[in-house]
Amino acid sequence: MITDLEVLETIRMFQEQHLDVRTITMGINLMDCADENPDRACAKIYDKITRYAENLVAVGEQISKDYQVPIINKRISVTPISIVAAASKVDNYVCFAKAMDAAAKACGVNFIGGFSALVNKGCTKSDEKLMASIPESLAQTDFVCSSLNLASSRTGINMDAVRSMGRIILETAELTKDRDAIGCAKLVVFANAPEDNPFMAGSFLGPGEPECEINVGISGPGVIKSALETVRGQDLGVVAETIKKSAFKITRVGELVAREASRRLNVPFGIIDLSLAPTPAIGDSIARILEEFGLENCGAWGTTAALAMLNDAVKKGGTMASSFVGGLSGAFIPVSEDEGMIEAVKRGAITLEKLEAMTCVCSVGLDMIAIPGDTPAEIISGMIADEMAIGTFNNKTTAVRVIPVPGKGVGDMVHFGGLLGSAPIMSVNPSSCKAFIDRGGRIPAPIHSMKN
Amino acid sequence: MSTNDKNIAVMTVVGSDAVGIIAKISTILADNDINIKDITQTILDDIFTMIMIIDLSSSKIDMESLSKLLCEVGESRNLSIRVQLKELFNTMHRI
Repeated sequence: MITDLEVLETIRMFQEQHLDVRTITMGINLMDCADENPDRACAKIYDKITRYAENLVAVGEQISKDYQVPIINKRISVTPISIVAAASKVDNYVCFAKAMDAAAKACGVNFIGGFSALVNKGCTKSDEKLMASIPESLAQTDFVCSSLNLASSRTGINMDAVRSMGRIILETAELTKDRDAIGCAKLVVFANAPEDNPFMAGSFLGPGEPECEINVGISGPGVIKSALETVRGQDLGVVAETIKKSAFKITRVGELVAREASRRLNVPFGIIDLSLAPTPAIGDSIARILEEFGLENCGAWGTTAALAMLNDAVKKGGTMASSFVGGLSGAFIPVSEDEGMIEAVKRGAITLEKLEAMTCVCSVGLDMIAIPGDTPAEIISGMIADEMAIGTFNNKTTAVRVIPVPGKGVGDMVHFGGLLGSAPIMSVNPSSCKAFIDRGGRIPAPIHSMKN
Repeated sequence: MSTNDKNIAVMTVVGSDAVGIIAKISTILADNDINIKDITQTILDDIFTMIMIIDLSSSKIDMESLSKLLCEVGESRNLSIRVQLKELFNTMHRI
């Protein structure tokens, strides 16, 4: 029998600590939608997505009601469009983004990911067309998210694509400047991109994945923060143990929801993503957990060590709780989506360079960071190159989602609204890296990639 | 887990005042053919806490409607009332 204390602990997690399941994401393979005629391909894409995901939102809402567990987002990820569209005789891929957007709206989901290309070693003609279509596609759609894998530990870094992405990010910002460059909030570049990640903007269904699957992203920074409040002043071994126990419980809720969704939708269960995902709401912040370790502000010396421990303990607890773990699985440190992080930037306690250091030990990277709109393309490419190197050479996933906001400078605020939050524009080191980026080519895979 | 467990729920009533609350809640449950299997009442962290195990197998209403009904009762008396399937607690606290 469950004890009274256990009952109350669970109730408090939902009532006071914002425990929720962040997303149920249905991955749908679109490879059989390829067609020489782009209009036919788009019609097939729309039909397949709306057929497979017809009940996704309704089932998600019903599970939420039956279990009284909030499930915040219902989303869709698809096969990278550069693969699906390769057979079509067309140069501009905006029509594919529009088909995805229309299907997402018909299904009632709030994001669809997979306007993507995997170019870690080089670009196909189709990859090049997709990349060139990104700015227009993100400007003309509401729910489409785009991602690129630019590097991997096995292949090294595609620096030609890194160079292009600096320009593409600026163009995307320019085309969506009337909405604080929101297009860039839906565009992420990766090293070692996971193929089953349920979280946007980087979600897509990789070529090694099944026909259709359910991947679930959990959350729960508030639960970890509250648990740590009970062990103030105790040594770090106790802190690690406390995080592990909480992560286990949070993950079990995700596992329950994932299995139930899989059963009701009759779609195989893929993975649980153990990421702690913050929101701009008070009490739902990763930065505040790090401060609970004993730091005055997130960004103070000690932050990287605290984040490393947090990330590791969450994985250790979560792995025990689920049969299949995947995706990004770690702590997210987006600036605009985390109330404590926004506050730390405003106070000047955290810089881009410190965030870069933190990405060495967390799961994502430079995420949701607003920078001045006049930042040169090659500096954005340099930022991407550094992040890709951290991922590639340390065998981990890293990413960049920066937003150069036209017409705004350091200290100005940008507001994206909803879960995307708001952010102060951060200062960027202006020293040029143009000659380095202009070299292009590939950075070879690290020596430790040769494991065979 | 047996399918039967999907019909068992845990109801918690947390707050400072409980005059007439059990009567009120029992009436709602009885009106909807929901059986009370167990009640415990205790003071935890200085807060009045009642935990009720209920069986929804022949309930006339679903979880959502029951939750709403109880929330309304709770709000009028400054009590927090929640009802959640027992399966959730088992999953979270037992391997």
